[in-house]
Amino acid sequence: GCFVFKPSSKKRRWSEKTAHDFRSASSDSEDTELRFVTCQSLWNQIKSETEQIQEDLNKQLLDNLMSFLSRSHSNFQEKTAEWTCRMKFREIPTAALVLGVNVTDHDLTFRGLSDVLQDNITPYVALLEAKDCSGIKNLMQKLMGQLMNCDIDVDSLEDEDCVQVSPNRIRCSMPSLISWYDSATKKTDSGTPSKKRNSSSRHWQSPPVVVIFKDIESFTTKVLQDFIVISSQHIHELPLVLIFGIATSPMIIHRLLPHSVSSLLCIELFQSLSCKEHLSTIIDKLLLTSQFPFKLGEKVLQVLINIFLYHDFSVKNFIKGFQLCIVEHFYSQPLSVLCCHLVDIKKRVYSLSHDQCENIRRLLSFRRYVEKQESGKQIELLTNDSALKGETEKLLEDLHVYHENYISILRCLHVFTSSLPKYPLGKQIRELHCACLENRVWETEEYESSLQLARMLNKTDLVTMLQQCVGILVSSSGKEFDKTVEKLKEFLTQFQKLEEASQERDVSVSSQKELQKKTDLYHLQKTLLELKESRKSKKLTKFEMLRFEVVDYIDSLVRKYLVPADDRTLHEIVYFNTAAVLRGHLNAAPRTALHTALNNPYWYLKNQALKCDGGGISNKAPDICIVYKLHLECGRLINLVDWLEAFSTVVMAAEEPVADAASSDQVDDIIHARFIRAVSELELLGFIKPSKQKTDHVARLTWGGC
Amino acid sequence: MSWSEGTRSGRRSLQVKFVSDEDVLRHIADDTGIKVRKDKAQLSVSVKRFVKKLENVSDNEAQEILEEKNYVAALGICAQDPMGSGSNISGGEVYSFQTPKRSNKMAELASELAQTPEKNVAPDHSKCLEKTAKTPQSIFSLLFQNKKKEFVSTTPYRLRKRLAASDPCLESESEYSASCSEEEDEEDQKEVNTVLSDQKTPAKTKAASTPPPRNSLSKKIKEQKMGNLVEEYFEAHSSSKVLTSDRTLQKLRKRRLNQQTLHGLLKNVPLVYAAEIRDLNQQHESLFSKWMLQLHLGFNIVLYGLGSKRDLLEKFRTSLLQDSVHLVVNGYFPSITVRSILNSITEEVLDHIGTFRSPLDQLEFITKRFKEDSSLELYVLIHNLDSQMLRGERSQQILAQLSSLPSIYLIASIDHINAPLMWDQAKLSLYNWLWYETTTFHPYVEETSYENSLLVQQSGSLALSSLMHVLHSLTLNARGIFRLLAQHQLEKKDNPSYPGLSFQDFYQQCREAFLVNSDLTLRAQLTEFRDHKLIRTKRGADGVEYLLIPVDDSTLTDFLEKEDDDV
Repeated sequence: GCFVFKPSSKKRRWSEKTAHDFRSASSDSEDTELRFVTCQSLWNQIKSETEQIQEDLNKQLLDNLMSFLSRSHSNFQEKTAEWTCRMKFREIPTAALVLGVNVTDHDLTFRGLSDVLQDNITPYVALLEAKDCSGIKNLMQKLMGQLMNCDIDVDSLEDEDCVQVSPNRIRCSMPSLISWYDSATKKTDSGTPSKKRNSSSRHWQSPPVVVIFKDIESFTTKVLQDFIVISSQHIHELPLVLIFGIATSPMIIHRLLPHSVSSLLCIELFQSLSCKEHLSTIIDKLLLTSQFPFKLGEKVLQVLINIFLYHDFSVKNFIKGFQLCIVEHFYSQPLSVLCCHLVDIKKRVYSLSHDQCENIRRLLSFRRYVEKQESGKQIELLTNDSALKGETEKLLEDLHVYHENYISILRCLHVFTSSLPKYPLGKQIRELHCACLENRVWETEEYESSLQLARMLNKTDLVTMLQQCVGILVSSSGKEFDKTVEKLKEFLTQFQKLEEASQERDVSVSSQKELQKKTDLYHLQKTLLELKESRKSKKLTKFEMLRFEVVDYIDSLVRKYLVPADDRTLHEIVYFNTAAVLRGHLNAAPRTALHTALNNPYWYLKNQALKCDGGGISNKAPDICIVYKLHLECGRLINLVDWLEAFSTVVMAAEEPVADAASSDQVDDIIHARFIRAVSELELLGFIKPSKQKTDHVARLTWGGC
Repeated sequence: MSWSEGTRSGRRSLQVKFVSDEDVLRHIADDTGIKVRKDKAQLSVSVKRFVKKLENVSDNEAQEILEEKNYVAALGICAQDPMGSGSNISGGEVYSFQTPKRSNKMAELASELAQTPEKNVAPDHSKCLEKTAKTPQSIFSLLFQNKKKEFVSTTPYRLRKRLAASDPCLESESEYSASCSEEEDEEDQKEVNTVLSDQKTPAKTKAASTPPPRNSLSKKIKEQKMGNLVEEYFEAHSSSKVLTSDRTLQKLRKRRLNQQTLHGLLKNVPLVYAAEIRDLNQQHESLFSKWMLQLHLGFNIVLYGLGSKRDLLEKFRTSLLQDSVHLVVNGYFPSITVRSILNSITEEVLDHIGTFRSPLDQLEFITKRFKEDSSLELYVLIHNLDSQMLRGERSQQILAQLSSLPSIYLIASIDHINAPLMWDQAKLSLYNWLWYETTTFHPYVEETSYENSLLVQQSGSLALSSLMHVLHSLTLNARGIFRLLAQHQLEKKDNPSYPGLSFQDFYQQCREAFLVNSDLTLRAQLTEFRDHKLIRTKRGADGVEYLLIPVDDSTLTDFLEKEDDDV
């Protein structure tokens, strides 16, 4: 079943090849080279950025782990009382690492962890996965293989006489592991060359052996138990430290291990950052920044976030989706050559060809823009390429400025909305971002209600928020915010004054006091009504006036800066908006596609004969569609004879009744053959399977066959 | 509501109740039927109620679909997708709980489809009403003719059943069949009744007599059990009763086709909608260079959709992969294993001679080699990644790990409806798929040719030749013994509960034919047969040994004919 094909010709280099693909794929050959290079460099930037972010996020966790490991290990060194005490109980120091359900992201964490460990604590780190450890023997083999390899890496230069035994041939047992460890540490002790120094300065005298179980849930109980019991017997000879990677909850340790075994572990719990926070940071650093010229449209972002929230919680997949967006954008949009950093824009705009200029003119947003200009300029923009280029450059710079402002104001607005009760505009900044991208946020109901709520904020909250906003705006790169900052500061001083004023005037007459005295129902009602009246017409206090002013000012900022990107001219160049493509590639629904093809072949085969409305199907449909449709009418088992008969009824009716008696037998056979083919295709697709329950019957495998 | 109650009780004891709007609504929705009956009790037209109910049902249906849509929209799956792929229908339609229970449903639908050769079928209410109202007889008469015939044919079978020997398993099965036939009988009876009554009261039942095919009984059942679909599912699956007709292919007197004739016949069938299918495929082919790009960027590509994707991948291979190393795996091949895939990589791509202890070792070796040598690259094309042999957890794990290597580019196709269930999150992230919908509507010629298909007489020729081969090496007496058994089995071929020939009877017959002289010689002979898998023995309930030739009847007939020719 396998066939290898080898070419005779020489191979081309990879990068050339990829660029070639890019070129040959796009319809117009212009600028493709440049586009591809831009795409690649952008992606590489983003990739390194995300790696940096992830490293930073994991730093805290890793630091904690480090200190734990060095602690457990220093005890062994110094043979302190605590250690001996622990030795008495034969406890293995264990770190339980709760990593969350996004299993796919764990790899990255573990890789970082083992790198850090090998740099700082010990060269002896083994990473075990459940799929390699079906039995205790496999586990030991894997473990020793990894440990000894790393040892050989360290001092293979010095010890020529070191027997390079293949890990498969040594007997895999704890004693051999211990003897290996002894010899390894002895060697490091005696080894005096200068080269040794740096490594021994990094590692302690007798470094612990760290064994990481990547996915503790998938290990078989027995293997784990055996390993723990055996190694606890030898803990005084071999300073072992275990790290459990846990995806669910720490309870799983007790579920997996009986008390007698888990009492051999001295467990300390470490919690990694939740994946949602991880995502927020990523979005914050990748999307809500003007550092990268490429932007995601609202629908696309929504799709990516939905896949994250409803499918996998995997940040890795989110980034993969982001990568796909970049590739798709640069691949499908010829003008994406202009999606670059501000410094390059001028050069690139002026080197645009005539065709590309035409492409710009064809952009929807640009057409809208042109229509708004006066006629003289219109003509110039549409006919003169150099005028167009000048305008394009200006517009792109505008777009860049818009982004900078947008992000700062978005953050300010988020400061307000994130503290409102019930979060009408969402708790996370990404939700706010989506809302702002989608349409004019100030026209939405949610915005209206959040303004209402903001008008009811108390003073301290308001002041802290304003201070936060000032901080954001000051630190932002936008140049237009000097005035805004001034204005906000002015508000702050006004609040300050108000506070001083109120402290002086602290004598307020309590009208409520009057209610306290005895009164009859009638009077009470009257007073309450009066109170209500007075409240309605009551003049606003100074604070309330100021509060209104602040909220109105924020509102005006929002209206000015948070214009949805779709309204901006030339947004097509930097925004990727085809969510359907993205969803099709990342979150496909194969079953639905099959369903559509079988139920409504017209969707794919645009032939009028197939067209029909409602849930029906034309009798001229492909055989498999008819057979499928017929089988839907059956219960759990299907009689093949009935099925065949029904099929032939349909097919005969579809064909013109030639009524040639001689060939009828032939026709019959052909129909039979077609039926057989269709049925076996359904079987391949998994709708039916042969059944032994009754002769000449097949069983349905889909629901609805009750 | 309180009003109607008041009128009924003659205003003597007027009760005033506060009823919440919801209750009223529920009452109206649920009990329309009852209410109507109360109002028009003297008319006693239950038919009317049925119609009412039907309308309710369809209303509910609409509501339900609406809710589903909302849910789907909330999930964000419903992002605008006007053209694109055919995946913008709600899940409820795909994974529905439609529970048709009548066995003649299929025939009904068939005749309906057949009835409108020119016009397209649209089973919405009004149209169907008219159509079927005009020609109700034609459908049912056709149906009934079929049924009648069938009953006639089954009666002697039921008689036989009583005479048949007592094989417990077969016995019970035949009971099911019998009972099911009876039920069918009843059902048909009912059908007749309704038709008759329809004809009596044509004015009123115009609507009722013609329930649109999909909406009638099944909908009613659905409505009744709407509350607990899950319970219904298990309820339906708990009983092993099968409500299908008892007809078998053998009674159809149609010769079984073998693979060759099938191919021959299908070759003559013109491919329908060839032009449209070609258009469709051209669309897919325009994506080839994009695939290459994405493969090089670290993604792997999986193709799904109806129709064989073999030709498409083959075209991809010939047009783009000519000057690079690539491996084609025919997943549908019945004896393919991961091992053979790995072997062909190590042996042919990496030119490594030697064996490995386990696939994992082999994988490790491959990984190492590919990491060491960055100029190595390999394209892997897998047709039917979801085939029987490759869908196992371990195979998929290995393939996923293989595909995660940066210089191995995997492009695969899947067909099975549950194929995505093979992959958990870990594997998915290793595979790093990009999904492409490529509905081709090509027949699965290669893919199904290996399958032991239901209707194809697959093993026939093979079994016959091996039978002949073995028998020719035996003594004349032994052949005679086998012949005797075969003849006996053929005589009883109409009896599906035939347990086999009991040893004692067989011995008697053999003795009479002068084939054996003692119990022991027969036993020795039988052991030899058994060793060659020519016969099977099983012990009945009474401890008697029964002998059976595990070959189907037509092969056996052929065999006897051949034997006769020889002799």
